[in-house]
Amino acid sequence: MGSSDQIEKALVAWAQSCFGADAGVSSLKRLSGGASQETWAFDLIRAGSVDKLILRRAPGGGSAARNSEAIGLATEARLLGAAGAAGVPVPRVVHVSPAGSALGEAFIMERVEGETIARKILRDQVFETARPALAAQCGKALAGIHAMPVDTLPALPVSRGRDQIEKYETIFRGFDLPRPVFELAFRWLKDNAPEPLPAVLVHGDFRLGNLIVGPDGLNSVLDWELAHLGDPREDLAWLCVNSWRFGQSERRVGGFGYLEDLLGAYAAAGGATVKTQDIDWWEILGSLKWGVMCMIMYSSFKTNADPSVERAAIGRRVSETEIDLINLLEGKSGHA
Amino acid sequence: MHDAPSARELVAAVKAFIDDTAIPQLTGHSAFHARVASNALATVIRELDQRPVSEAEEIARLQDLLGDRSTASATHLNAQLCSAIRSGDVSLATPGVLSHLKSTTIAQLSIDQPGYSGLSKPHE
Repeated sequence: MGSSDQIEKALVAWAQSCFGADAGVSSLKRLSGGASQETWAFDLIRAGSVDKLILRRAPGGGSAARNSEAIGLATEARLLGAAGAAGVPVPRVVHVSPAGSALGEAFIMERVEGETIARKILRDQVFETARPALAAQCGKALAGIHAMPVDTLPALPVSRGRDQIEKYETIFRGFDLPRPVFELAFRWLKDNAPEPLPAVLVHGDFRLGNLIVGPDGLNSVLDWELAHLGDPREDLAWLCVNSWRFGQSERRVGGFGYLEDLLGAYAAAGGATVKTQDIDWWEILGSLKWGVMCMIMYSSFKTNADPSVERAAIGRRVSETEIDLINLLEGKSGHA
Repeated sequence: MHDAPSARELVAAVKAFIDDTAIPQLTGHSAFHARVASNALATVIRELDQRPVSEAEEIARLQDLLGDRSTASATHLNAQLCSAIRSGDVSLATPGVLSHLKSTTIAQLSIDQPGYSGLSKPHE
């Protein structure tokens, strides 16, 4: 199941049912990345035109175990539609396919030009103009996402800072692997939690890798599968987590920009005025969450659910988040 | 028991095979996983070289911090430290805690990911 031939056959059937017997599909290619979803690029050929499209599909077409937090592809497609209508740069969805269909649980969207690979965006000369503009563009996009009226959205999980501390602490304790740095971070986060802001739509994974960037900057916001209702500062700080600076630590925002640009553009576009110390708190939570997520990925090796070298090796990235937590907590020892 | 070749030599030989023979013949996902495998073996080599000394130093610091002179393992001492943090007996403000954890984490990262950006403290 899920072979390239079967997918191409199902895509051709979709193309012909929508656009007539002359429509066809070419250049189908599995793209790298996307551990929890399959992503394929293909061209739709019809009456003298070519549409460059992306198929986003549940692994094997559905039914496979996936991240328990993921909202499902149909909900993700609805969020993309709502975000586009709200003026957030996102790909236009052209088709949603239910589980059990020939294509499997999936949706098809337009293929937006640009780059997603963080190291290229941060280093290649073609993005020289984009990089200094990107922090403000991200601030504006996040303000747009956080302003989307919650009552018009599909049902989403609610997850605030306290919920996340509790959730990740439970998972961490379940592993029974003593990590004093994580212990200290959980304790500090609980003792210093800022008052929650009113719940908004949170993207949940807004960072390089999930953003399409062109020579002028942000073209599109992808990968909405971790969207939930929660605190807007989560998204702003997640973009600052050192793991998502991809080696360019001196630029706090994603390895490309500065916090004042992000927060300034966020407020100018209607977002809340956010204090730096609250970003610190959420960034500490973000590093801690990513550390526990690395432990989760390692445990899928340990339990033989995914006995790959890659899942084993990721367990040796937990210490990256420990040094990030120490660097962040070093400035906070007076508050403990 | 003999050690010719030693564990380190065997691992280094397998890593050289992956790097010099296997990877040039692989493409796509297989090439990616082979590079991950090679990096994992580099971690094993660093661990064989560094862990005995780093762990002995960690244990000595933990014994000082916890006032525990027993022959407990690093895992056991770390579990003790975790309990003390949970109960509030040890916090961020406890002298020596953060510097101990920093030394331990730097030693761990020197094995796990010696090129990681967090080792040189970020600004801002």
